[in-house]
Parts: sequence; C-alpha cells; structure tokens
Amino acid sequence: MNQKTLPYLLLLPATLFLLVFFVYPFIQVAVQAFVGPSGFTLDHFQTMARNFRFWPSVRNTILLAVVVVPLQLVMALAMASTVSNLKTARSAILYIFTIPLGLSDLAAGIIWLAIFEQSGFLNSMLTSLGVINKPILFLSYQNSWVIFLAVVLAELWRATAIVMVILVSGMGLIPKEYYEAAEVFGAGPWKRFVKVTLPMLRPSLQTALILRTIAAFEVFAVAQALGGTTLPVLVGQIYDWQFNQRETGVAAAMAIVVLIISIGCTLFFLRVLRTPKGATI
Amino acid sequence: MKKLIATLAGAALMTMVTAQMAEAQVLFWSNQAAPVEEAQKVRDTVVKNFPGGVDFEPQDPGPFITRIQAEEQAGKGTIGVIGGLHGDLANFANDFVDLSDVDLGSVKPSPAFMQLGKLGTTEQKYLPWMQANYVMVANKQALQYLPQGADINNLTYDQLVEWGKTMADKTGSPKLGFPAGPKGLMHRFFQGFLLPAYTGSEVTKFRSDDAVKAWTTFKELWQYTNPASTNYDFMQEPLLTGDVWVAFDHIARLGTAFDQKPNDFVAFPAPKGPKGHAFMPVLAGLAVPKWAPDVAKSKELVKYMLQPEQQVATLMATTFFPVTDAKLPDSLPASIKALGAAVAAETSAPDALPALLPVGLGDKGGQFNQVYIDTFQRIALNGEDIKTVLASEGDTLNQLMQTTKAPCWLPDADSKGQPCPVD
Repeated sequence: MNQKTLPYLLLLPATLFLLVFFVYPFIQVAVQAFVGPSGFTLDHFQTMARNFRFWPSVRNTILLAVVVVPLQLVMALAMASTVSNLKTARSAILYIFTIPLGLSDLAAGIIWLAIFEQSGFLNSMLTSLGVINKPILFLSYQNSWVIFLAVVLAELWRATAIVMVILVSGMGLIPKEYYEAAEVFGAGPWKRFVKVTLPMLRPSLQTALILRTIAAFEVFAVAQALGGTTLPVLVGQIYDWQFNQRETGVAAAMAIVVLIISIGCTLFFLRVLRTPKGATI
Repeated sequence: MKKLIATLAGAALMTMVTAQMAEAQVLFWSNQAAPVEEAQKVRDTVVKNFPGGVDFEPQDPGPFITRIQAEEQAGKGTIGVIGGLHGDLANFANDFVDLSDVDLGSVKPSPAFMQLGKLGTTEQKYLPWMQANYVMVANKQALQYLPQGADINNLTYDQLVEWGKTMADKTGSPKLGFPAGPKGLMHRFFQGFLLPAYTGSEVTKFRSDDAVKAWTTFKELWQYTNPASTNYDFMQEPLLTGDVWVAFDHIARLGTAFDQKPNDFVAFPAPKGPKGHAFMPVLAGLAVPKWAPDVAKSKELVKYMLQPEQQVATLMATTFFPVTDAKLPDSLPASIKALGAAVAAETSAPDALPALLPVGLGDKGGQFNQVYIDTFQRIALNGEDIKTVLASEGDTLNQLMQTTKAPCWLPDADSKGQPCPVD
C-alpha cells in the first residue's frame, strides 16, 4: 500500500461507521417525513403543524436556546478565564466545574425537581428559615414561567461545563507573547480580555457555540422532568409522536424541522465567527 | 504466544457457555410490571425458580410493540412468552399458539377470563395472568370533611366536588389529586370512570350533552385539585408526602402508601354518576408467539405463572390480583387488604358498569388515549369552551375509529362489526 492511499484506507473504518449509523438512518428519516401510503406527501407536516402543541413547543425550544446559550457563554468565559489564570489548585477547580458533565440530563432534571417540588429542598429550607408558612407550589402549570426559569437554571448548571472545557483548551493555545505585548502597551486586564483573548478565541467560540446551540435545540429530559406535560419542547413532541401516537411520519417531519433550525444556526455561527482571510493564530 | 492462544481460547469458551445459558432462558416480554421495583420483585420472587431460568424484560408500550412487530415480520425471533393487557394481546391474535393443551391441573382460572382469552376465536389465544383495577384513596385526615350524610363507599361525583371544596377551604390549599403527569394514567379516569358514569358509554356518546355535564363537573373538581397533579405519575408519592389527601389511581400505583403508613389511609371505590358505578377492569394475559424458540418451554412458563405460589407472589410484587382461585395467605400486607376490599366493593356494586380497556386499536392505542388527554388539557388547563373542544376532539376520535376499523366494546352498544361511531 503506497503513501497516497494510506490516509484514505485509515479513514475508511470511521467513514463506514458514519455512513451506516448516521447517513443511512438520516436518509430513512428524511424519506419517512416526505413519504406516505401513496408516495410523496406533505400530510405529515400538515398534521404536525395543526397539532395544538406544535407552536408552543417551537416557541419554548427557541426561547430556551435564546436565553440559555448567551448566559452559558458569559459564564463559561468567566469560568475559563478563572481556570486559565489559576496557579494552584487548577486541576481541582477544573474537576469541580466539570462534575455536571458526568451526569445524564435526566438525572440532572430529577435533581432539580427534588429541589423545586412542593416537598422539595427549596421549600423545606424556606420553611425552616421561617420565610414561608406553607410550601410554595413552584412547578404549577398556572405559573409556567417559573417552570421555564427552573429549566433554564437546570440547563445552566448542567451544560455550561461543555462550553467551558472547549474555551479552556482554546485559551491554552493563545501564545503568551500577545499578552506581554499588550501589557507593555498599558492595557488593563479587561482590555486584554476584549482585545487579545476574545479575537484569538474565535475558532474555539465557533466550535463551542455551534455544539452547544445544536444541543440546546434538542433539550428534552430536563424539560420533561421539571415540566412534565406543561412545557412542551420539540424533541419531547417527537418522542411522543413516535412512541405514544405511533405516527412515525409526523415524528420524522418534526425531526426535519429541528434539523433545519440547527442548520440555520450553524451557518449563522460559521459566517459570523469565521477567522478573517489571512489571519493566523 | 502460547499464553495468548490459551487466553483467547478460554475467552471464546466462556462466551459460548454464557451464550448457551442465555439461550436456555425463556425471554418473557411484558409491558406490565414495568416500574423498576416491580420488575425487580418479579425477577426475585416470581420467576426465580423456574427450571432453566427466565429473562423477564418489561417495556414501555412503544418498544414493546415495535419488537413484537419486527419479529412478526421476520417470522422468527427470541421472545418466548408475551405478557400484556387484553387489548394489547388482541392486536396480535393471529400470531399466538393455541394454549388449550396446557395442563393446568387443579388450577382453575376464572371462566369469564378464560373466555376473554379466546380473543373471539375457538382457540385459547392467551391464558389470564393477573387482574387489577383503579380505586380512590383518602388520607384519614380528610374524612372529617366529608359532606353530611355521605357514605365514602357510595359517593356521587357531586359529593366528591363538595368534599374537595370543604378540604380546600378548611386547609387553605387544594387536596384532591389526579395522575395527570406524562406517564400518569389520567386518561383511564376519563375513559373508564367519569365519562361512562355520566353517559353510559366510552366512545359513542363522546360529544353528547351528558358528556358536557361530565366535563363541567370535572372542571369544578379540578378547581379543588392540587395543580402539581400535572407532574404526578404515581399517586402513592404525593399521598405519602401529604401534598394530596384524596387521590385516584391504578391499584399498583397506590400500594406503597399503605405499605409505609398503613394506618393513615383508606381505600374506597370511585364515585358513581347518573348512569351508575362505572369502573375499568384490567386483565393481563400470557401468550406464546408462533415463532418462539422453544414453544414447549414457553407453555411450561405460562403454566408455572398460574400456579398458586406464583399467583400470590405476583400479587405481592405488583399488587395485581390473582385470576385463579389461589388461596391468599392469612398475613397479607396492608396494601393488598385495603385495596382488595375497595376493588371488591367497586366490582360488586348493584349498579356496577364495567367499561373495558380499548380493543382492536392496533398500535393506535396511544392516539386513542391522547384524545382524552388533549380534551382534559384543553378544557381544564387551557379553559377552552367544553362544547367546542368535544366537537373537535370527537372528530379526531371518529377519524381514529374509522382508520382502525375497531368495533365498539363494553359499555358501548355492539356495532356489529362496523367501526365504532362517535355520535
């Protein structure tokens, strides 16, 4: 085997894996979304759009992503800066920050449910402190905005570490010379952050944001644990259509909707956060 | 090199041996006893001593159906015994082996259940496995707020509303509870209890004026229901924490409350409406698919499950009652005694009106349930106009019956083979 074909041969197993387990099912889902008993049809999309829970689930999913991702970005930048500048206990702090990464998202949802439910930790704490007399019903369908906030909080706790880890490694790649040069020119810590760190972090930011945003549109287990049927989200509806209602076509149609939203956001981030022509790290 | 070959050979031998062992086990594919504790108890106490071993695999409804359908299409598979509700088994009637030749010896299952097990054919398509029901449970603290002259074993829905109102007023928060969570069985309350009690029907009179009356009464009931009900899947938990004082649920989801605090609760039959004491009996059965790897072994397992020892063990594990005349031990857990008494009261009332689980809906059972859940959400949670909601959801229901061509079942009048109409 000569030098030219060796790289392709080495890539072959991974490519085959991707083709069989990602591309082939993807094509199947796309076919299921557009094909009915009598050939090509848009019926599934119509059924999907006419369901009274569809638009609330789209609204909830997009709203969650729009609120959670920027907050996570800010928090992750702060956490990554802290970790990068630490001299001692760096590993310990990094480990503590990334503990939530080891949890399944359903486990995270159940933990926060145990905090917010009527007989949960928050109510017990407030009652024992004397702040309230009776437990407050936080997670009631009558205050759905409280459920929304609880999901935001749970997602912030659970998934910020993913963004932070990518940013920490990105920050490690920035050569120290730039910071030294900036100090020599009289830049304070904030100016150094804005003028040196952020621009040099562009590729990492791009990766982290794309990954996190796509994952944010797939929020499911946390919303299910905290909100039950009160906070419908896109993937929750897909699960319901496929496993409760047994309408594979409609579930596939919704999956295509999630795909289109995800592609849109990816293209947006690719464009906005691209490394300018001629720039190098 | 020699050591490497020896290790590899040893590993290969081990894999073959464990594979053989796994093959000898009968795969028991069930959609009952799915909650983790129940499944573990079934493995540890019910099927443990079956010669050759049993692989008990309970599933959620979706995956349960998917695998059976896949094996049916392939014509071969690994499932040995299928355990499901009467309605689930009815979908696969053509795939089951005739179990008439299973020698039950002195065990006598209830004749009514044996008849249901024929699934409308002359063959014994499934043998009854266990039975359950839905009841209400009250915290004893709630009993002082019962309306004047009300008998807890003979309540009407109006009296239940009054009870709920008094509790809410006197304690400052609503104390009724319903399993309206994502995995809760709220839809059974509407299908088998509320609607038949007012309309005498489960499907045909979905849009009638009596149904409007039923939903109006429910809306009042909902005012005095703990709003966290939309998160409740198993009512035993909120009953134990005291968030709810009066709850409705499947008996298997109420047992822990009695086991942990036996003196705090009392079980009673669901209320009656103008058309009688409607209730929904639940019958689970065991069937053997035609493609089972070892049909004789599977029949052995089915026979094993009907023995008195296993019927009692099933009762202890799942709170589902025996279908045979198995003698119950004298020392039963508090939950079994209390719930058994309520079930007996429900089924033996003079105006008892059984409303069966849906039959013949294929895999569209989920959509059938969704109609009732959506009706509940739109009327009680979103506050939409009752008549409008019933009209549109009634259309969906009618469409579903036409698509599945399912004929009517009790308590609806026989539709003589035609799809059950929604008036």
